[in-house]
Amino acid sequence: MVNKATRPTDDMIGQDLWNIQLDEQGQLKHFLTIEGLGTNILNQILDTAESFAGVNESVKKVPLLRGKTIVNLFFEASTRTRTTFELAAKRLSADVLNMNISASATSKGETLLDTLRNLEAMQTDMFIVRHADSGTAHFIANHVSPHIRVLNAGDGRHAHPTQAMLDMFTIRRNKGADFGGLRVAIVGDIMHSRVARSQIHALNTLNTGEVRVVGPKTLIPKDIDAMGVNVHYNLQEGIKDADVVIMLRLQKERMTGALLPSEQEYFQLYGLTEERLQVAKPDAIVMHPGPINRGVEIDSNVADGPRSVILSQVTYGIAVRMAVMSLTLGGNVSTQKNQEASS
Amino acid sequence: MKNILIKNARLIDPQNKQDLQTNIYISQNRIAAIGDAPADFIADETIAADKLWLIPGIVDLSARLREPGLEHKANIETETRAAASAGITTLCVPPDTDPVIDEPAVVELIHRKAKLAQQSHVYTLGALTAGLKGEHLSEMAALKEAGCAGVSNCRKPVRNSLILRRAFEYASTHNITVFINATDEHLSKEGCAHEGAIASRLGLTPIPYAAETAPIAQILELIRDTDIRVHFGRLSCARSIELIAEARKSGLKVSADVAAHQLHLTEMDISSFNSQYHVLPPLRSQRDMEALRRGVADGVISSICSDHQPHEIDAKLAPFPATEPGISSVETLLPLTLKLVETGIPLSSAIASITCNPAKILGLDAGHLAIGQIANLCLIDPDKEWQFKKSEMLSHGKNTPFSGWNFTGKVVRTIIEGNTVYSE
Repeated sequence: MVNKATRPTDDMIGQDLWNIQLDEQGQLKHFLTIEGLGTNILNQILDTAESFAGVNESVKKVPLLRGKTIVNLFFEASTRTRTTFELAAKRLSADVLNMNISASATSKGETLLDTLRNLEAMQTDMFIVRHADSGTAHFIANHVSPHIRVLNAGDGRHAHPTQAMLDMFTIRRNKGADFGGLRVAIVGDIMHSRVARSQIHALNTLNTGEVRVVGPKTLIPKDIDAMGVNVHYNLQEGIKDADVVIMLRLQKERMTGALLPSEQEYFQLYGLTEERLQVAKPDAIVMHPGPINRGVEIDSNVADGPRSVILSQVTYGIAVRMAVMSLTLGGNVSTQKNQEASS
Repeated sequence: MKNILIKNARLIDPQNKQDLQTNIYISQNRIAAIGDAPADFIADETIAADKLWLIPGIVDLSARLREPGLEHKANIETETRAAASAGITTLCVPPDTDPVIDEPAVVELIHRKAKLAQQSHVYTLGALTAGLKGEHLSEMAALKEAGCAGVSNCRKPVRNSLILRRAFEYASTHNITVFINATDEHLSKEGCAHEGAIASRLGLTPIPYAAETAPIAQILELIRDTDIRVHFGRLSCARSIELIAEARKSGLKVSADVAAHQLHLTEMDISSFNSQYHVLPPLRSQRDMEALRRGVADGVISSICSDHQPHEIDAKLAPFPATEPGISSVETLLPLTLKLVETGIPLSSAIASITCNPAKILGLDAGHLAIGQIANLCLIDPDKEWQFKKSEMLSHGKNTPFSGWNFTGKVVRTIIEGNTVYSE
């Protein structure tokens, strides 16, 4: 189907498409945010990822998306996330096009919509989008032609849903499928973190016992407790008796923005060390979405230590992204086994 | 010059405390009589108005017409026509045009274009500082002489408080009202949403209350014990109203307005990243919206304006933070104001807030009906139920979140200088 490059009509702006992520049958169509998706959908993603985790270990490639063209549309620099999306697409036998569009290129007069129309005209099937503005994935999903699927690979501070799902996958692998008894602490720069926001939605949708956020007041957004978290300003209190400790990356810019005095003071107060981890549960796992700032938010002993599951997060990232791609683009790919597992 | 008889209308004129069924006679562009016909009056046109309200022409404190400088968005002719169709007979343009209204030539250009359009009367605010840069005083006396109704720095900062104080003093010397859009440039930097649960959830850069209330408090202290007249426009926070109320109580000559959309929308409306709700100051909490309504009801906020900001379609077609703020709103000013009556605000207060009150703030003899006055008025069918549709908007800018809203009460005729410029 060739899409005509029609100009958007006035009415396309004013649409409130809350459930834009689901089709009429309630199946996943776009993957933009965890918010608004039910437990059944999240479990379907995790179960499907489970079946692909085996593929990754042995067969490596399945023909589910043969003939489909997936565009990695990255308006923000990223190597790791883009690479795992690319690997996931290739293992599903799709063709992959990598587009790295710097902000300066779009400021040459071509609007975001012009870029989309051009890519649509190349008969593509899926856009994987990363952009510095919150809401970009929603905007794109609202304006692409109906057959195109959109995956959010990070929009501003808003959402990074595949990262959150690979984190849920990691927790499930380590702690089992029932999150009800778990206490999860997310530590660091909650304010600027799309990862944290998606993790909070995912953890709460999966009925996690308690979700905490920990950080100084300058890095905790206002009224964040409305998302269903308990707020702690002290690391020791925040990770006490935690089953899962998720450390967030601290960007250097936070010092120039007067949010923090120095990396040293931050590490002294919020850096995770072996000693501080003692107050968590003895079998607590430590996670990090990467890339790690060793000696800023986490000590090397912890990052490389026995409780760290940071590298398995990366491995699971491919299976989870394969799952989301196949669910949104491949139609009904879930096997009998998966359906049984999710029921 | 046509003689017009408006027969048996319900005349509502809050300034003169009139609300009665009567006749109005228009002759030589002016109101010749109210009630009984003047001698020798022969009507060229008689309007049967038994079921209609007759109110003074609406006065809009802030409407951007985009000319000069941004004619791809709109122009004086299109926007005054849209305004007139919605009952607005007088409107005021803020100085952030391109070039900035900081010299009489720009004022004259706007007046000339408005005169050619023969629609709503257009007044301007002059720049408080040259080029709105916040560094040098503008030639305020000359701007006043050219017809500016006041001066303003819009949302642009005057960083140096000594310059700000002197600008107030200089304006006051020439009996000029200073119009303030209170905003702290640092606290609102890159912000596009109210600091609260919604912005936190959506990951939008927040604008705290203090971005508005801190500069209001500072200005109120700067003008304490003076007779400087300051008008605070487009309030969005409950606390701002308290500050203004306290200042008025202590005798300061301050007044305030609110944009009509702030009385009907809240932060909840941006939940799906709909850029039509991207406005500055941002839509705030339910509590703030209710406080703003109370402020209108008890008169602390004396005026409601459109804060009209028409845009080309592309300005709103981008991810939420990258879109341009503002609503094309001259055509929803009256319907949104009338809708307040359903919430308990008396009809006469609602009408005063868009007629005589803004006229007083601008220092104009307008917004009320009296014999001998220029005939600027508006006839409303109060029972007409209708739906606002962006496809039917006359403004060049179709950026509105109100498309599809149902309203009761609609303008059926607008008369400016005795001429019918709009009728249904």
